[in-house]
Amino acid sequence: MLTFIVRRLLWTVLVMFVITVVVFLIFFKTPGVDPARAIAGRSPNPQTLAEIRAQLGLNRPFPIEYGIMMKKLFITRDLVSYSNQGVRVVQEIFAATPATLSLVFGAAVLWVVLAIAVGIAAAQLKGTIFDPLLMVVALIGVSAPVFWVGQLANMISQGGLHGTFLFSWVPPLGYTPFTQSPALWFKGLVLPWITLSLLYIGFYGRVLRANLIETQNEDFIRTARAKGLTERRVLMRHNLRTSMITFVSLFGLDFGALVAGGALLTEVVFGIHGVGFLTYQALTNLDLPTIMATTVYGAFFIVLVNALVDIGYAWLDPRVRPT
Amino acid sequence: MTAETLLEVRGLKVSFRTEDGLIQAVDGVSLSLSEGETLGIVGESGSGKSVTMMSVMRLINDPNAHFEGEVVYKGRDLMKLTRDQMREIRGSGIAMIFQDPMTSLNPVYRIGWQIAEQIQAHEQISKRAARARAVELLTAVGIPHAAERVDNYPHQFSGGMRQRVMIAMAISCSPDILIADEPTTALDVTIQAQILSLIRKLKNDFGTAVVLITHDMGVVADLADKIAVMYAGRIVEQGDRRDVFYDAQHPYTWGLLGSIARLDRPKPRRLSTIPGLPPSLLRLPPGCAFGDRCAHRFDRCDERPALLAKVGDGHLDACHLDIEKKKELRETTIHPELIEEAK
Amino acid sequence: MATLLEQVEVDTELRPAIAGRNPWALAARRLWRNRIAMASLVLFLLIVVLCLAAPLYAHDVAHVNPFVPNLNGHTVVGGKVVPVMQRGGGALRLGETPIGPTWDLSHYFLGADSTGRDVAALLLYGGRSSLLIGIGSAFLCSIAATVVALIAGFFGGTTDALLSRLMDVIWAFPVYLLAISISTELLTHTSGIQIGPLNVSATSLWVPTIIIAFIYVPYVYRPVRGQVLSVVNKEFVEAAISQGASNLRLIFSEILPNVVSTVIVLLPLMIATTILTEAALSFLSIGVQPPNVSWGTIIQDGTDLVYTRPWVTIAPGLMILLTVLSLNVLGDGVRDALDPRAKLRVEG
Repeated sequence: MLTFIVRRLLWTVLVMFVITVVVFLIFFKTPGVDPARAIAGRSPNPQTLAEIRAQLGLNRPFPIEYGIMMKKLFITRDLVSYSNQGVRVVQEIFAATPATLSLVFGAAVLWVVLAIAVGIAAAQLKGTIFDPLLMVVALIGVSAPVFWVGQLANMISQGGLHGTFLFSWVPPLGYTPFTQSPALWFKGLVLPWITLSLLYIGFYGRVLRANLIETQNEDFIRTARAKGLTERRVLMRHNLRTSMITFVSLFGLDFGALVAGGALLTEVVFGIHGVGFLTYQALTNLDLPTIMATTVYGAFFIVLVNALVDIGYAWLDPRVRPT
Repeated sequence: MTAETLLEVRGLKVSFRTEDGLIQAVDGVSLSLSEGETLGIVGESGSGKSVTMMSVMRLINDPNAHFEGEVVYKGRDLMKLTRDQMREIRGSGIAMIFQDPMTSLNPVYRIGWQIAEQIQAHEQISKRAARARAVELLTAVGIPHAAERVDNYPHQFSGGMRQRVMIAMAISCSPDILIADEPTTALDVTIQAQILSLIRKLKNDFGTAVVLITHDMGVVADLADKIAVMYAGRIVEQGDRRDVFYDAQHPYTWGLLGSIARLDRPKPRRLSTIPGLPPSLLRLPPGCAFGDRCAHRFDRCDERPALLAKVGDGHLDACHLDIEKKKELRETTIHPELIEEAK
Repeated sequence: MATLLEQVEVDTELRPAIAGRNPWALAARRLWRNRIAMASLVLFLLIVVLCLAAPLYAHDVAHVNPFVPNLNGHTVVGGKVVPVMQRGGGALRLGETPIGPTWDLSHYFLGADSTGRDVAALLLYGGRSSLLIGIGSAFLCSIAATVVALIAGFFGGTTDALLSRLMDVIWAFPVYLLAISISTELLTHTSGIQIGPLNVSATSLWVPTIIIAFIYVPYVYRPVRGQVLSVVNKEFVEAAISQGASNLRLIFSEILPNVVSTVIVLLPLMIATTILTEAALSFLSIGVQPPNVSWGTIIQDGTDLVYTRPWVTIAPGLMILLTVLSLNVLGDGVRDALDPRAKLRVEG
């Protein structure tokens, strides 16, 4: 098992290296684009351009350019955003992380609980009218663009119906750190949590249902029944346990992707200043250093989570473990 | 002293509604099993042998399935029990093992845990005691180093070992009846013999009644006390082992016997086979189900033959042919090499 | 009296009548019978036709050119002529609000947006872009992924290892971040990109199409490669090899047909995904660029009007929802139809 983990982590390091190279290539070596101008943002003056070129070593050989950029990103962490008044990019990312984590964690808890409930319900109710009904509702969740749902949520809660008791508790758009006011932190996140989880409840509910139904026909489920176990035990201990393997590995991947900035759309719509929001702002300002930094840190996080998922998968499914 | 009748199946019919029509998988099957007795059910794929015993255990959950008939176990009709009542019987009164031990065990749990789970489902017993029982059972079925192997996962065992584990699990609550559905089909021939002798040993040690389902006459030749031959969802011949082997009354049984290579006869140039395929269960012919493949079909065969005792009490067959005629035809069918040599 | 001595022969007359029919025909029949899937196919096609008819609607029904701002224009509501941009509400009568939905097909059915353009007409034109990009990128992606999967699975060894690692790297990138990076980079250069002799305008719909197709290649690649690997090991391939079939022939006549069903099942789901991705990118202003419109851009435009003119936001989102929903339901139906596992298992 240990060799498996070590190999998996080594591979992770390799992939991270490749990612940094690719990102670097995209931002610094796209044909026909002058990276200095791009980094400088709008209407740069020649002085700024020269400064950038010097700081980032843009006229030096490729590996050195790359090296300088990596150093600025990870070691000295003094990569600076020129279009954002010289703010230090990496620090900004770290400062924005709690907001994203709050959003994604909360949504994840919500969606896992509800997806399991929906998946089990639909599988148990197979054959009745409720199964296709649940699946259609799940499909709607999957088919609605998340940013649109967010806009609708705002429309309803901040707009006309704000006065009613249903929505008067909804604070104005934005994120309140937990340390500042737990109540406000919570109230401000309820609608974003619901919005973000709708998509995933739909998807995971369907996945779980499909797995449960497929596993129903497995021989070992037949054996479990032949042993005289209660239906509930067969479902929970045998069927669910094996069906959750896929569920958990998919969950890990999605969770990683969301924290890495995939929650960007939700953050933008609800005004939550997380990592995704940062990325979006950088987009509108064409602030290349920030975009680069968020991309690299985001990708790193995902690769790490992928590795953890692989290791976790081996823990869940003993057949995969190298003996 | 007659042994008590443990299980009696009366007129069992099982059908499935599908998008292409109604499949009659079991068409009026009646069987009985006494204490300590071994019943062999022989037939090819699609003959209904598995569906019959799965229906006895009420393991078929398909909403499109329809059941008729009675299954009486120790005086109670299993078809009429509630799910909870049936659940109590499964695993403790009647236990079943299946064909493919690889897929029949849950891959993510240790085998000791799986055996203990069954015991704990039926008895009030501590985890530790259940685990100790599991180790005992594993030893009884011939798994070496049982105390360590009890913590292994199914994929860490070979096919034969896994089937032993399945058997250990099945007998863990000392069932009255053990149903073995093609227990050796997925295994090597040498392992087959081991598993069969294990079943015999357990049968003798614990007095369990056994139902052995197989497509291979050779498997039942040694173990079974009684044999029922099934074809297209119906029993075509039923009786004592000796009767069915040495005085077979149905042309299908002749075909099955003729296709066995025998050591005590001159080696035939070809093993005889039964030409054609079993009928589609969607469109069973109105008369004898075997008629289309039978070389001895005559006009009376358009009428479905009843399963009746004609040559002796307890030996039933479903064939219209005259008894004397059968004797004559049987020799040529089962020993075709005699005709070859005569030519 | 005939003897029973015969060679083992399969008597085809005794086979059940169902076997022997073309599996594609069987699948099509199953799909046809699935009424819900058929209904959603019809819905999807309806939407496509509606959007294709955008010019027709714009010119002949609504008489507008939806791409031109119409700040000072007028239209007819309930028989009266009203300005498209109305004076704002509130005591100071500040600002201007575009008119809301008139529910009159020929006069600003869904109202106007912040530059006075006809939302209904924009919706249909937007649909064209969204559908073109969605369908185009899904097909592009599937073709590319299939080709790569065929090569990787067929040749195996280092070729497979290399290609799969490459796919892993692309896959490791969070989809949106990759799309954002590439799009941003391309768009900072507003006069388009020179790739050799080709000049791709930065506002061309090809840009988002190719980007989206690219980022989803690993998603199609993985299952297709899995299928290729399982087919490559089957006996009929060995048989063909022993017959002396060339590699190309093997790939196209033996392996590809067995892999196609995997792709077909994936296709509706891929289109659903690409449409959603395009909408998100366009909402973030890095997808479809002006003067083109797509459903995503309309939602973006409607952000300022969310509280006053909600329909500018609701309508395009609803269109996306219906389109993607119909594709998902259809995808389910296709998967069920092609599933070789029979719905009924009868044990012997």
